[in-house]
Amino acid sequence: MNSMIAGLIIRRVGIMLVSLVIVAFAVFAATELLPGDVAQILLGQSATPEAVAGLRKAMHLDQPAILRFGHWLGGLVTGDFGRSYANNRDVADLISGRLVNSLKLGAVTTLFSVPLSLFLGVTAAMFRGSFYDRLVSVFTVTVISVPEFMVATLAVLIFAVYLGWLPALSFANEVHGLGELLRVYAMPVITLSFVVSAQMIRMTRAAVIDTINTPYVEMALLKGATRRRMVMRHALPNALGPIANAMALSLSYLLGGVIIVETIFNYPGVAKLMVDAVATRDLPLIQTCAMLFCLSYLLLILIADVVAIASNPRLRQ
Amino acid sequence: MKALAASARRRTGFHINTVGTIGAAIVLFWIVIAICAPLLVPYPVGKIVDFDFFGPMSQKFWLGTDYLGRDILSRILMGARYTVGIAFAAVSLACFVGVALGMIAAVVGGFFDTALSRFLDALNAIPSLMFGLVVVAGVGSSIPVLIMTLALIYAPGSYRFARSLAANTNTMDFVTVARARGEGTVYIIREEILPNIIGPVLADFGLRFVFIVLLLSGLSFLGLGVQPPNADWGGLVRENLAGLPYGAPAVIFPSIAIASLTISVNMLIDNLPTRIRDRSA
Repeated sequence: MNSMIAGLIIRRVGIMLVSLVIVAFAVFAATELLPGDVAQILLGQSATPEAVAGLRKAMHLDQPAILRFGHWLGGLVTGDFGRSYANNRDVADLISGRLVNSLKLGAVTTLFSVPLSLFLGVTAAMFRGSFYDRLVSVFTVTVISVPEFMVATLAVLIFAVYLGWLPALSFANEVHGLGELLRVYAMPVITLSFVVSAQMIRMTRAAVIDTINTPYVEMALLKGATRRRMVMRHALPNALGPIANAMALSLSYLLGGVIIVETIFNYPGVAKLMVDAVATRDLPLIQTCAMLFCLSYLLLILIADVVAIASNPRLRQ
Repeated sequence: MKALAASARRRTGFHINTVGTIGAAIVLFWIVIAICAPLLVPYPVGKIVDFDFFGPMSQKFWLGTDYLGRDILSRILMGARYTVGIAFAAVSLACFVGVALGMIAAVVGGFFDTALSRFLDALNAIPSLMFGLVVVAGVGSSIPVLIMTLALIYAPGSYRFARSLAANTNTMDFVTVARARGEGTVYIIREEILPNIIGPVLADFGLRFVFIVLLLSGLSFLGLGVQPPNADWGGLVRENLAGLPYGAPAVIFPSIAIASLTISVNMLIDNLPTRIRDRSA
């Protein structure tokens, strides 16, 4: 039995690796194959044709695209991410510190939003059709259908402008003490939590409702179990797999949200680095950040898949 | 009263409730604005009309002025053209390509289906905002590039949706009968599959439109979408972000415009009669 699960998981990992190569190809194609010669861009309009040709040779731009792709992919696998065009530093150096910051932001957001959305999602499913449920639904649909930056601007308007509790759009690199740390993290975390929770609540609610609709839960109800017992004892344990799956899937919304949030709050993370790199057309840096994002996305999907397989025997075919 | 409503329902074939009607009205309102914007703007869009920047709402400038003293109402009205126009072009392209490929894949099947599905699923694994960032970094930002990119990002989702619907319809008896009659692939797709999946496909079109509006606004907000001096709604928020700490109307109203469009499309789709929404689901 366990070897079968292991086999399935290995298969998933294989699919993920294939996807990663296709994604790498798409990223490479978008940045290098399309018109616009990198050597020309780097040297500017006034460069002599000889200088451009020399740089092209030095950067291996004269080689066929497929060779360059192989070379680039090989570099990624062995940890050689290339050098940044903009300031000629190793991309790995530029990213490492920023990555820690982004992961911190993601971790704090996860810590906040998972318990919150579990609670709201499960209770909304428990009292399905009630006023409370409708309120939660309206809230989630609203948050999902407005852009992330609007959630951020609203948070700033409410907490910084009208209430005056938190600083508006600044991020200090020097943080002293816990209170200041909380103040600095509060706004980005609030915004991101809103965005991610809305998805999570919806999916959790759907997962619990799916289980409530099964015959064995109906049986428990017919035996005279209270609504609370019916959900807590009969429905929830069976919904844990789908819920964990939903959690992992909705955490992938972090990746889109974090780009907006880091930009708006000037948070020194990978996404901010990438947006700045787009402005300077610093291609090696952009490619590496992009692959980093795709990798985390695929990992989250993989976790969701594995949880689903592990928790649902019917998927193990 | 009830009988009257019921008879009306029978006559028109379907019935949309109040919430759906409100949603439809707001969507229609923005479409009209997008088409007629040049006739409606009170001030020329690029013209600095107020010496005060981030001016408040007043009789003269209904929604205040922006960071240069330009009239926000005029800029929002013109912004509707970019936001609604680009999103509509992109969603049409995405759905046309996605649905066409999806139906072909479902009907033809075999290697073509497997290879295309795997490839598009992999493309789906690129977070959408990031895909936009990468393309803009590589190619630069212009309106045709934006439309193509947005369409490329959302075509795989549309493909997957249409393919699963078409695959369900493909197993129906009337399709088998058509095949037995010796009809070609094109005929089966056009006459047998498409009419049976068109309802859900249109609902999906609406939802995808919302995603595209959100993504386009996000890109413009990062400064990578519609380029100044033109601005869509996301770009307007970006331009005037410095006014946020003062609670300037210049930041708030473009956001409200985006929200009103996306929420009302959602309201409309959610309240479409089940007959249209999931006919073959």
